[in-house]
Amino acid sequence: MTAYWLCFILFLTGLYGVITRRNLVKIAISLSVMEFSCFLFLALTGYREGGVAPIVDVAEPVQTYVDPLPQAMVLTAIVIGLATTAMLMAVIIRIYRKYGTFDIREIKNLRG
Amino acid sequence: MTVIVKKTTQLIAGIIFLYGIYIILHGHLTPGGGFAGGVILAGSFILLILAFGSDFLHLLREERGSTLYENLAILIVLFLALSGLLAGANIFFGNWLPHGTPGELLSAGFLPLYNIFVGIEVAASILTIFLALVIFKEEVMK
Amino acid sequence: MELAISVIAGFMILGAIYAIHARDLLSAVIACGIVGYSLVICFLLLKAPDLAIVQIVVETITLIIMVAVVLDSSREEAYGKFDRRAWITAGTAVAILFALFWFMWMASADLSPLGDDTLRMANAYIDGAVESTGSVNLVTGVVFDFRGYDTLGEATVLVTAVLGVLTILRIRGRKG
Repeated sequence: MTAYWLCFILFLTGLYGVITRRNLVKIAISLSVMEFSCFLFLALTGYREGGVAPIVDVAEPVQTYVDPLPQAMVLTAIVIGLATTAMLMAVIIRIYRKYGTFDIREIKNLRG
Repeated sequence: MTVIVKKTTQLIAGIIFLYGIYIILHGHLTPGGGFAGGVILAGSFILLILAFGSDFLHLLREERGSTLYENLAILIVLFLALSGLLAGANIFFGNWLPHGTPGELLSAGFLPLYNIFVGIEVAASILTIFLALVIFKEEVMK
Repeated sequence: MELAISVIAGFMILGAIYAIHARDLLSAVIACGIVGYSLVICFLLLKAPDLAIVQIVVETITLIIMVAVVLDSSREEAYGKFDRRAWITAGTAVAILFALFWFMWMASADLSPLGDDTLRMANAYIDGAVESTGSVNLVTGVVFDFRGYDTLGEATVLVTAVLGVLTILRIRGRKG
């Protein structure tokens, strides 16, 4: 149960960063921290006591395997996370070229 | 970059590429698969670009190629999935090829094919994103 | 097992807090790397080697992209005065965090302890999976056979993200 709680606290840390920071790069970092905590939570729900990694040895099958379904979901989600982070970084570098700052409050002021 | 970095990259990049292909082809037997192997393939290309610097026109040509490969690979995955609908059991994503003996390299019907094309798609996508960032920086420098 | 994962999760929380509060953007990005690489060790302890392989490569490439963006800029965190708007934002954040914490406290009564089979439909994906898919690696069987629709959707999202990056970066502005 402790692991679930720490995972949730990690999510809250990322959420705190997204709400309070004014720097765009910091917001992107906080978003990826929230993403990591979701991956960890899904992997935790799939774990079974005494289970082995979900790869079957045909000659001598084992009784308990770790649940493969959350692993398959996280596997695709990690690659999507890379693509979305890269897209976020593309937006940020474009904004920096135009306004010369990462501060969202200054950008709002500059637009007038 | 210095000569040491370039020479080390020349030695290592090919091995990383080979390792990615191994991970993709053995996706249904060992840990790994299309997603993991695709990212490793893209990593070997990124290593080469970082070490050997950027020749601008060359990068533009590479970007055109990687975009083409990405779109072709996702289309082929879609056609493979549709072939299950047209032939065999009439199920989208149906696995109608013979399954063979579990545990051998040529087994599991369509799964190795899906692994290969999803691997190409992931590799080309990540390479395209990286090339777009590098080309953007080059354009700003000029 | 639970103790080891809790210790690593504690390190991840510390790394995240440092990444949010660091003065230099480069050290913030590298502290984000602490969180990602600790996640790799967690995946290995949770018997998920597929996820560990993907996460370690993806984290490296994410760090390369982030460092490339940060090195291009002035790298300094914009700390303005702690004025009234900042106080309001921080107060809102703490209120939301406490509300979510309360929800988690209520929900934790229904949560099974770690290592129990929380997801009870898992056996449908394990029993007879090797015969029906032919794949020894059960994760690949789930990704491309049982849940092929999900994978096709995710691949489409990947193509869309690449199109978004190309549109944002390669388009010419009106001023040239």
